[in-house]
Amino acid sequence: MSEPLVFTFDVDGENFTSAGEASVAMKKNLRMLGISPEAIRRVAIAMYEGEINMVIHAGGGKATVTVSSDAVKIILEDKGPGIANVELAMKEGFSTAPENIRNLGFGAGMGLPNMKKNADEMTVESTLGVGTTITMTVNI
Amino acid sequence: MKISKVAEILNAEIRCCEDRKDDEVCSACGSDMMSDVLAFVKDQAVLLTGLVNPQVIRTAEMMDMRCIVFVRSKQPTQEMLDLATQCGIVVMTSKRRMYEACGMLYVAGLNNLREA
Repeated sequence: MSEPLVFTFDVDGENFTSAGEASVAMKKNLRMLGISPEAIRRVAIAMYEGEINMVIHAGGGKATVTVSSDAVKIILEDKGPGIANVELAMKEGFSTAPENIRNLGFGAGMGLPNMKKNADEMTVESTLGVGTTITMTVNI
Repeated sequence: MKISKVAEILNAEIRCCEDRKDDEVCSACGSDMMSDVLAFVKDQAVLLTGLVNPQVIRTAEMMDMRCIVFVRSKQPTQEMLDLATQCGIVVMTSKRRMYEACGMLYVAGLNNLREA
């Protein structure tokens, strides 16, 4: 493909049931574009974890996915409370998810580390009281 | 192992995508924690779980899984079955408990041995 393709999604923060809809839609888009299954899975997992995080912690947000010839770039932006200590949040097992989320099978403190594992590059920019922007790149 | 064989071993009732019961699967994992499935599972085609909510279906879809077994007689909602149908994932329910169900499939040959 010559020109990068850009997909944008609003992530609804009101409803945990619908969390992941953007990732499912993006997975289908990447399949149609003929991206390799391994790369699709890495994008899907990283984006899904991010989407779940936005719903649990930030009341939703916006996802922008840019597909170019050599990479998929995922930008997740929210206007949530921000992450107080990014370094600590990146540690496996560290979680601030409430009990009701843990009962739904999430909040094990694996989200951010798993996003980092599946992305080739990841940056987290967060300001308390303002919001968080996570940028992930998966090479294809 | 065919998905139909998984159902037979667990005496499970297939709830959707029955047309895919002849698909082959060669590995499985059992967990009630979707965070762990997303973080640790690789190339497992069958998910055994006792957790019932739509994110179970989405997690399986993200991991390219082919079949979900709800253990302990847990019943998926119609919304979950609709989601699974859209994704082409076979859903079944079994009375077996998680430990039993995993063990029965393992000894029957669904034993994705890997280096620990």
